[in-house]
Order: sequence, then structure tokens, then C-alpha cells
Amino acid sequence: MVAKKALYPHPKNPVILASGIMGTTGASLTRMAYNGAGAVITKSIGPVPKKGHPNPTMIELENGFLNAMGLPNPSYTEFVQEIENAKNNTSVPIIASVFAGDKEGFVKVAEELSSANPDGFELNVSCPHAEGYGATIGCDSCLVEEITASVCDIIDVPVWVKLTPNVTNIVDIGKAAERGGADAVVAINTVKGMSIDINTGYPILGNRYGGLSGRAIRPIAVKCVYDLYASLDIPVVGVGGVSCWQDAVEMVMAGASAVQVGSAVSQSLDVFKSISSGIEDYLYTNGYSTIDEIVGFSHKMG
Amino acid sequence: MYPLNTRLINIVQESPSTRTFFFDRYFDANAGQFLMVWVHGVDEIPMTLSYNSGITVQKVGDATSRLFKMEKGDTIGLRGPFGNGFTLPKKSDKILLVAGGLGAAPLAPLAEYSFKNGVDVTTILGARSSTELIFGKRFSSAGDLYITTDDGTSGTCGFVTDILTNLNLSDYDRIYTCGPEVMLGCIFNMLQDEKYVLEKTEFNLHRYFKCGIGVCGACCIDPKGLRVCKDGPVFKGTELIDSEFGEYKRDASGKKVNI
Ligand SMILES: Cc1cc2nc3c(=O)[nH]c(=O)nc-3n(C[C@H](O)[C@H](O)[C@H](O)COP(=O)(O)OP(=O)(O)OC[C@H]3O[C@@H](n4cnc5c(N)ncnc54)[C@H](O)[C@@H]3O)c2cc1C
Ligand SMILES: Cc1cc2nc3c(=O)[nH]c(=O)nc-3n(C[C@H](O)[C@H](O)[C@H](O)COP(=O)(O)O)c2cc1C
Ligand code: FES
Repeated sequence: MVAKKALYPHPKNPVILASGIMGTTGASLTRMAYNGAGAVITKSIGPVPKKGHPNPTMIELENGFLNAMGLPNPSYTEFVQEIENAKNNTSVPIIASVFAGDKEGFVKVAEELSSANPDGFELNVSCPHAEGYGATIGCDSCLVEEITASVCDIIDVPVWVKLTPNVTNIVDIGKAAERGGADAVVAINTVKGMSIDINTGYPILGNRYGGLSGRAIRPIAVKCVYDLYASLDIPVVGVGGVSCWQDAVEMVMAGASAVQVGSAVSQSLDVFKSISSGIEDYLYTNGYSTIDEIVGFSHKMG
Repeated sequence: MYPLNTRLINIVQESPSTRTFFFDRYFDANAGQFLMVWVHGVDEIPMTLSYNSGITVQKVGDATSRLFKMEKGDTIGLRGPFGNGFTLPKKSDKILLVAGGLGAAPLAPLAEYSFKNGVDVTTILGARSSTELIFGKRFSSAGDLYITTDDGTSGTCGFVTDILTNLNLSDYDRIYTCGPEVMLGCIFNMLQDEKYVLEKTEFNLHRYFKCGIGVCGACCIDPKGLRVCKDGPVFKGTELIDSEFGEYKRDASGKKVNI
């Protein structure tokens, strides 16, 4: 097994709030920290204000959620104060998620948000339903490497790159991020999906299609994390369908150094506490002293 | 849940700008809970249940204008009921309802529920002018009713707060309010110094909703990050002390805008 470096200084609790969930304001991020998140990631912030797609923007399906929010955000000019607010009110790491249409945009947003001193950055090159942003970039390994390198150049806190599963080979993109200097990769963003109202024929989401999250995508995420762990030297953060400590342990055994939780927040805001205490009990019961001992464990097991 | 395809069975003009849309589906909901109403091809918007099978809509923009073009037999998609709703009063409680304009929508079913359950109901109902008053009959059949209009065309000329100042609020076990945020803000400021009154007063809030199910964070209010769609839309006055309520809200992008 390869020793992976720490995700951010002083990691304590490996259960992190995923981007786009309760991350629109400093107050909502702080609330998630009080509810037991070990770190919190902001909503993805871009270079100009965006209202997002028309509603319906999110619906619950049998086994998960379909969303096409359309990256609504007030842009960095307004969001700096939200990060400052969160920094003033909680001590858990605050990670700023950034998106843009090109390298210059990513650099500009990251540079401007730096003034609020976030503890790290996550580059969203993976949103499946915002034309010209996100996954349009995240499918192109040259662009991912270039963008990662330009941001890493000007930022002195850890930079993570969040990957889309909607590609032929996620490892190629992960490697590009690693070459660009990423401190970790995060997998996965939502899986492209669509749902149609058979009474009227209308696609349900305002954007017609969107991204699937929640339970249904967990096996997809586990496979992506497993493959990335096997090929990369930098740490992998696992996200996708984690809703209880068993899911989190599975993700860690696949190779995740930490997990993010998004959709499961809909069950209860206490989900962070219950997952992190479940992981601790699991480690204790099985005679491990830290989570690092089981990161990528399943790779040794044939 | 998927939006439930629902047929409109009756449409009633309540005032020049508001209509009630009755549908062929019954929601077992608490007064104050809301639906996400999908107007196909336009938008999905939050609407309070003003009846177990109806919503009362004011025409303000794209989706509501499209609704106003609909006729009996047309369909909409409904998700819900969502949110917490008002704390229901106990038998023999004495309650005060304060409704401004469309704020009557969640309070009228509460008045009817309360009357049926032996609660003593008093309502202050306000609107710009007499033609904009809605649900006067529903409130007066449930108990005492004070009416105010800004222009004096009906009841007392003035605001709901003019009546409120003259009532002895310690007489009431619970106070419920809904209406424009400027009005709610005035009420809040009036009661702020008397914490025991704020404790028993509930405010029904509106914010921009996207998911409606407490995940996206669009509707969070400062400084506690309470979600209006899930932790609300009804909040106790004491939960709103030193909050953004009455001061500012956020638009669809998350940018702050003053009330
Ligand atoms: C919990 C709750 C209950 C409500 N109950 C009622 C009701 O019973 N009757 C009624 O007439 N209105 C109600 N509203 C307000 C109603 O949702 C808006 O009037 C409606 O969304 C306007 O849509 P539009 O497309 O016609 O207007 P638009 O042109 O889209 O916008 C006009 C204004 O409506 C508001 N609005 C638009 N979209 C939304 C949204 N997704 N969420 C919240 N506000 C929005 C904004 O303030 C906007 O500035 C309620 C709002 C909330 C939050
Ligand atoms: C409503 C919603 C909004 C999201 N917004 C973002 C976003 O702004 N940026 C981002 O990188 N990922 C976003 N995501 C993706 C999540 O961070 C996460 O990768 C995905 O939902 C899978 O995790 P989950 O199954 O735990 O939800 C969003 C997901 C949801 C459900
Ligand atoms: S509208 Fe999404 S959390 Fe309230």
C-alpha cells in the first residue's frame, strides 16, 4: 500500500459535508459543522452570479435523488463574506469549491476566495448539467491538468480535484489532476440521469436531465475510488451514496482517506455524528487504532 | 417523491388578484405546510395548502400567470406536503390569528381546525383594500374577526398592528401570524421586548425554495442556518431573535437582498 499524505492539516474526523448540500451560506456550513461534520465544503462558487436552472431542480426517486440545480451561486464577490462567517464560527476546516468555464476563471475565483482564508480548495470539474462548466472540462485530461496546475501555482493550501464518473476511464482524469499537482482527488460527482413524467411526457427536471446521487450510485462510487486508489499516489476522497457508517467503511476499504456525505443529509442532520461514531466503534472493535490502517484494505484481499 | 399528477376540479376567484385552485387529491396536512407545485414547462413553486385539496394563488410572475390561464380539467404536478406547519392549539386554548393579505391562506384552515376542536379563535385580517380581503367568512365562522384595510374601504383604516396594540396579548395562549415580511417584522418588533409573548407567537416565513426538502440550502436563514423549507416555514418568535428575518433574504443565486 502507498502511504498517502494528509488531506489537510490536523484531520480529526473523516466525515465531510459534500459540496452543494447546505453549503450556500456561512451559517448553513457552520450548522453542519456543529452537527458533526469533520470538514465542510461550500457550494461551488463561480466567476459571475448564477440563478441556476428553473425548478424542479431536485426530486427524490426510489433509491436516490436527481438534481439539476445549475450551479446557482452569488459569485465570489458575495461569497467571501460567507466563508469568513463560517471561519469565525467554527474550527473545522472550510473547503471552498470552485467552478469556472476556463483556466483563467478558476484562477480568478480561487484567488479572490483566498482572501477569506479557506483551509483548502476543491475544483469542481465534474458538474454534469451546467453547459460549458464542470464535466465539460472534467472529461478532458489536458484541461484538467492545466487548470489544476494553474490553481496549485497560486494557492498555498491543499487543492483537491473533484471527478466526474461520466467518463470512459476516470483514472486517466485522476492522473491528469495528480500531474497538475492536486493534493487529492474526490470521487464522484453525480451520475448523469433523467426522469420523465409519464402522465404528461415532460422531463421532470427544469433542465430536462441532471445528476443522480444517493444510495443508487454507491457501487459506482466504490468502483471509481477503488480504481483511483490503485493507480494514484495522492489520497482519494470517497463520495456517492454514503448514508451510514457501514457505507463509509466500505468506501475507506476501497481506498478513500475520507468520505463526503451529501444526499443523506435529507434523512437527518445527525448523519455526520452517527457515521463518525460508527467508524470509531468499528475501528475499536476490530483492533485498529486509526482509519489509515484500513484505507485501501480491500486491495490486499485479492 | 415524484410529482403527483393532479387534476384541477374547481377554480374560485377570491379577489381581483387571487384564485383558489381545488384539485382531485386530498392532502392530510397541518395548517402551514406547503406543496411544491409544478406548472409543467414553466417552474415549480411553493404554495401553502389553503384547503386540504386546494391552494390560493396570487398572480405575480411566470408560473402564477400560467396557473391563471388554466381551466378545470388541466393538470399540475404536486410534491408534498412539506415543512412543519403550525403548532396546533389545545382544546379550550384561546388563540389569536394575524393575517395580512395572502397570509390568510395558511391561517384559514387553522381557524377552521381550531373552531372544530373547541378552541376560542380571534382573527385580525388585513389587506390593502376591501376587494383584496380573502377568507373573511372562514374566519368569522370560527370566532371574532377584526378587519383592517390600508385605505379604509372596509373595517378599520390602517394596519393589523393598529388592532394588535389595543389587544391584551396575555389573554391568548397562542398567537399565529402570516403575511408580507414587512408586516411580520413590525409585529416581531412590537413583541420583541416581551419574551413570553414571542415564545407563544409563531411566524410563517417565505424564502426562495429550490429543493423544498432540506438538502440544497437555498432557503437557509442567518445566523443559525435554519431551513425555511424543512425546519419551517413556521418558526417561534424566539427562534427568530437577532436573525435576518425582517432585514434581508436571499435570491435564487444566494445573493442577499433587503426586505
Ligand atoms: C412556504 C411558501 C408558501 C407560499 N404560499 C403561497 C400561497 O399560498 N399563495 C401564493 O400566491 N404564493 C405563495 N408563496 C409565494 C409563491 O411561491 C411565489 O409567489 C411564486 O413562486 C411566484 O412564482 P412566479 O413564477 O409566478 O413568479 P416569478 O416571476 O418567478 O417571481 C416573482 C417572485 O416570486 C417569488 N418566487 C419565485 N420563485 C420562487 C420559489 N421557487 N420559491 C419562493 N419564492 C419564489 C420571488 O420572491 C420572486 O421575486 C409561497 C412561498 C413560500 C416560500
Ligand atoms: C442538490 C445537490 C447539489 C450539488 N451541488 C454540487 C456542487 O455545487 N458542486 C459539486 O462539486 N458537487 C455538487 N453535488 C454533488 C455532491 O457533492 C456529491 O458529489 C454527489 O451528490 C454524490 O454524493 P451523495 O450520494 O452523498 O449525495 C450536488 C449534489 C446534490 C444532490
Ligand atoms: S429549498 Fe433546498 S434546503 Fe430549503
